[in-house]
Amino acid sequence: MTKEEMIAKANEVLAEEFEVELSEITPNANIKQTLQLDSLSLVDMVALIEETFGVKVKGTDIVKIQTFEALYDFLYEKLENN
Amino acid sequence: MNRVVITGMGIYSCLGKNIDEVRQALYDGKSGIILDPSRKEMGFRSGLTAKVDVPDLKQELSRSQRVYMPEQAKYAYVSTVEALKNAKISQDYLNEHEVGLLFGNDSSADPVVKAVDIMREKKDTTLCGSGTIFQSMNSTVTMNLGCIFKLKGINLTVSGACASGSHAIGLGTMFIQNGLQDMIICGGAQEVNPYSIGSFDGISAFSIREDEPQKASRPFDRDRDGLVPSGGAATVIIESYESAKRRGAPILAEILGYGFSANGDHISSPNVDGPTRSLLMSIKRAGVNIKDIGYVNAHATSTHVGDTNEAKALFNVFGEKTVEITSTKSQTGHEMWMAGASEIIYSMLMMKDSFIAPNLNFENPDEDSAKLLIPNKRIEKHFDMFLSNSFGFGGTNSSLIVKNL
Repeated sequence: MTKEEMIAKANEVLAEEFEVELSEITPNANIKQTLQLDSLSLVDMVALIEETFGVKVKGTDIVKIQTFEALYDFLYEKLENN
Repeated sequence: MNRVVITGMGIYSCLGKNIDEVRQALYDGKSGIILDPSRKEMGFRSGLTAKVDVPDLKQELSRSQRVYMPEQAKYAYVSTVEALKNAKISQDYLNEHEVGLLFGNDSSADPVVKAVDIMREKKDTTLCGSGTIFQSMNSTVTMNLGCIFKLKGINLTVSGACASGSHAIGLGTMFIQNGLQDMIICGGAQEVNPYSIGSFDGISAFSIREDEPQKASRPFDRDRDGLVPSGGAATVIIESYESAKRRGAPILAEILGYGFSANGDHISSPNVDGPTRSLLMSIKRAGVNIKDIGYVNAHATSTHVGDTNEAKALFNVFGEKTVEITSTKSQTGHEMWMAGASEIIYSMLMMKDSFIAPNLNFENPDEDSAKLLIPNKRIEKHFDMFLSNSFGFGGTNSSLIVKNL
């Protein structure tokens, strides 16, 4: 999977699960604000990423990931290392 | 004590998705029972069930509201929206007043099963998602509706087996009678998914008349062979008479008496003494002449022992063929946690439209039901007061008496 394919997949599953338009998901946008996540729905995002990409996101990681770009970079690095 | 009145009703059941549809189905003697072949593939002894579609609430509720709701909470949301609308209660009113919420519910199996499957397969609890814990609790209906409608009064779930919905209304009545609340949203909800009743099927409680699904639920009939599981949700808005008058609300009926008892006996087999005491208590508390009760909605689920013992209790209290008695479970199957609330609504609809829906499939009486007046065809009859029975596992009993206004 190329990084572009990974980004497209991530955007697709996040937009569908959290019921936002794909166009709202841009690299510099804040994840929590865009997807309207609270502490509970953040758990759903972590589960969704794990189910989709097989990547476990630890609590210490998720607090550092603020933007979609940061999420893409984190995911790509994990996938590259697998 | 404050007088307690009913000012709104809403329902989502196998007979229809709103009051109008259900009224017509009752009048037409329609059955909501089907055979679900997938249950046979799961190893069910009986594949009979009510057909209830889970509502799609994507347009009405946000993701963050829906994610905590199991199916029975969705049914209850739909029935509660209808009840509030019919009672002329706006969200502004709910925001500005202390309105309570008491619902009968006694299981939430589907989310539990799904979470356990995930835990066993993935060995990672995060993958259960954020909604499962809230979906899994018995109080899921009241916690969800309380947050969605921003309710600020008494908020709890009543788990009294198949009398849950009736006890919820009875307890709500007591809160209002005693001046502790002016208005309470009461009801009952029941999940319909197969996981919730697989173990119930396992004790041979269900009818196996699978070749004739609509003839399987036959309360009081000599050849009954068990109940048919069902579900959905029913909501009634109850409030003090003064509150209803003050609001200019439609006052539909008055709850006169709540009787309750426990058998203190067998866990599944009902007796005669417990239900008799519940019946007598409701009549005493209502302070009415028994002859004024023009219709009895029986609990009768179509099981041998249950129907027999209720028939004996009804005969003890009412005597021989003095009042029409039917079980609407002949049309709906057994709506269990919901039944005590839905059957108040079914009886209300009959009372308001002056008819008694047929006790379907009552073809031959047995020794006890022969002593009761059980119409198997719809009859046109005006009545102004009814009694509704609900009994549950463990021997919990509830009887409500309602008067037309």
